[in-house]
Amino acid sequence: MSGPSTYVPKSALGRWFEERLPLGGLIHSSFVAYPTPRNLNYMWTFGGILSFMLAAQIVTGVVLAMHYTPEATLAFGSVEYVMRDVNFGWMLRYLHSNGASMFFAAAYLHILRGMYYGSYKAPREVLWLLGVVIFLLMFATAFMGYVLPWGNMSLWGAKVITSLFSAIPFVGDSITAWLWGGYSVDNPTLNRFFSLHYLLPFMIAGAVVLHVWALHVVGQNNPAGVEVKDVARDTVPFTPYATAKDGFAIVCFMIVYAWFVFYTPNYLGDADNYIKANALQTPAHIVPEWYFLPYYAILRSIPNKLLGVIALVAAVGITAFLPWLDTSQVRSGRFRPAFKLFFWLFVASAVGLGYLGAQEPTGGYVIASQILAVCYFGYFIVVLPVLGLVEKTKPVPPTIADSILPSPAPAE
Amino acid sequence: MIPSILRSLVRPLALCAAFALAAPAFAQQAEEQPIPTHQSWSFAGPFGRYDTAQLQRGFKVYKEVCSNCHALGIPFRTLSQPGGPEFSKGQVEALAATYQIDDVNDKGEAIKRPGRPADTIPWIFANKAAAAAAFGKAPPNMNLLAKARSFSDGFPWFVVNLFTQYQEQGPDWIYAILNGYSKPEDRKWNLYFPGHAIAMPSPLDSLFDPKTGKALNAGFYTDGTPVTKEQVSKDVAAFLMWAAEPSLDARKRIGFRVMAFLIAFAFLAYFTKKKVWSDVHAHA
Ligand code: HEC
Ligand code: HEM
Repeated sequence: MSGPSTYVPKSALGRWFEERLPLGGLIHSSFVAYPTPRNLNYMWTFGGILSFMLAAQIVTGVVLAMHYTPEATLAFGSVEYVMRDVNFGWMLRYLHSNGASMFFAAAYLHILRGMYYGSYKAPREVLWLLGVVIFLLMFATAFMGYVLPWGNMSLWGAKVITSLFSAIPFVGDSITAWLWGGYSVDNPTLNRFFSLHYLLPFMIAGAVVLHVWALHVVGQNNPAGVEVKDVARDTVPFTPYATAKDGFAIVCFMIVYAWFVFYTPNYLGDADNYIKANALQTPAHIVPEWYFLPYYAILRSIPNKLLGVIALVAAVGITAFLPWLDTSQVRSGRFRPAFKLFFWLFVASAVGLGYLGAQEPTGGYVIASQILAVCYFGYFIVVLPVLGLVEKTKPVPPTIADSILPSPAPAE
Repeated sequence: MIPSILRSLVRPLALCAAFALAAPAFAQQAEEQPIPTHQSWSFAGPFGRYDTAQLQRGFKVYKEVCSNCHALGIPFRTLSQPGGPEFSKGQVEALAATYQIDDVNDKGEAIKRPGRPADTIPWIFANKAAAAAAFGKAPPNMNLLAKARSFSDGFPWFVVNLFTQYQEQGPDWIYAILNGYSKPEDRKWNLYFPGHAIAMPSPLDSLFDPKTGKALNAGFYTDGTPVTKEQVSKDVAAFLMWAAEPSLDARKRIGFRVMAFLIAFAFLAYFTKKKVWSDVHAHA
């Protein structure tokens, strides 16, 4: 969609620069002239929200890093120093710790949007795969970030998750020791996690550039799930239309973010992380942050460690295969009544797994998570492949314009 | 706050509905280990602020009772910060001077000198091991205690808590622990402590008769506040909340402005968006 730009800067200096590096043209064609389907709903604003959150995490993170000390005996105290003695340090830290949660909330909604409207289907497979890469990098970043304050949950959470690698036959223990830089989670682990926690967000930023590039090559999907046929009828230019809408959505999102930061800053956190890391004092319940809970429940639903880890990896990895698992010719869930039902069941089972991930893995809870894990995987490997072949879909509108305009007026 | 009768009715119902399988086990667990009840706190909710007089009383309780075992781990100077107990600078200097602080003189000899506002309030024990040796378990440092303890109200209340901005699990926990010594004959049995066997003997026994609950020194508070067990536990819990989260007042004050700004901004953004899009739906 983004061809050579027709952008001509207004000033002479601008034209001089543009002839040497067409940066203005790139920005103009990507964020001003770029045609966006005119029927996008607010689920399409999460891309902008995610970009905002990435920038917010990087800005707050870089400033936090100026006051933070990545050393096992000092890290916990340095975070408390930020909270008490650095001007507005409490705000920085609460923005950053809650920002991670807001980032994930937006990412989950963004992904579910893609799943509901079939955005992963041809020709958007590479775009989708880049999204999966970003998602994995976010997991790694947030996991390592959570270790940095060096609270007791940081330490024990890191132990549990890094120990998963020891389930790998033969080389598992060596890999775990290599990750730790020693024989347990300790100062070397904290040092390398800080280094990587600083690095990965910039890799995410790089992946986001590719993601947006791929988006601008194939164009946005839309609630009708039909491709743009006539740019003049089916689309509106990014600026001012999408910018105004995204801007409004970002402000609304910031209200929710501010609610957490200023009123319930520790709602999503764990009280055990206000206890300094102590290798001799195991927390009563080791639970990861909420955004990992569904996967944690899947991990624990299987009594065998290696199989549990395989299920965990599969639960995340399977999303990469979505473009090929979904056999339906119809892209948008809007015209697939049976799909809709299964989609919402899938969402419910993921939420249910999240709840179970926070409970103690006893009796009924294990059975419940096994049932929901089967539902989770069933959606990908049974429902999507089969449904596309047998489902009776509703008629799909011929164009985007037809999908939103009142019943087409008879041609005059 | 939700009336407790309603809570106790609805919770098992909701649990049963959501997880019929696991509910009986859960209810049984809740019976042995009750969760603390929600108290009302001046610093709760969007407009919550610490009550300066309460923090001053709470500090008195800390100093005269808890400090015999627990470290507070914050500097004297914070006691005069805005949004805290707000003692005067002079009071803080005088208080600090009553402590002897380990230091080194310019000849390199270990000395004791009077405390200064910048010093951390010293702990009665030389180190953790010494404290653990005295009680079997080291009394935890109190600088974060009010944020380091929590409990879950269970589904669906934990969702409701987000909207009511309930963040006072820590002080509710401390209050519950202080009032959980329900066996007059066993002062190390606590209703709310996990497993009930707590290494801390009921600390308020030095202020209240364990059998009758009567204050041993009715003049403990000098500002006319009644010296009851409930009042004293609330005061010290509020003080510990401040020690753990001294920025709360500023946070909620700034939060209100941020919210007001964002909501106004959202309206403007909404009408801008509406204006921009107004021509789109009209002609295709
Ligand atoms: C005689 C010494 C002593 C005194 C006085 C004392 N404590 Fe403790 N406290 C302890 C010890 C020891 C523990 C560790 C208990 C355990 O983990 O079993 C403890 C633990 C606690 C806990 C944590 C319980 C938990 O949930 O883990 C709280 C809260 C507490 N004390 C509050 C207070 C308050 C408030 C005061 C003053 C009113 C006070 N303590 C006075 C010795 C004391
Ligand atoms: C993708 C973006 C990022 C995510 C999702 C993220 C996530 C997190 C999380 C979950 C924590 C733990 C917060 C807590 O409980 O206290 C954390 C801490 C931290 N992060 Fe990040 N982070 C990101 C980017 C960055 C960047 C770019 C930097 C620095 C350049 C950074 C620096 C820090 C520091 C210094 C801490 C420790 C201080 C603290 O715990 O508050 N972060 N991060």
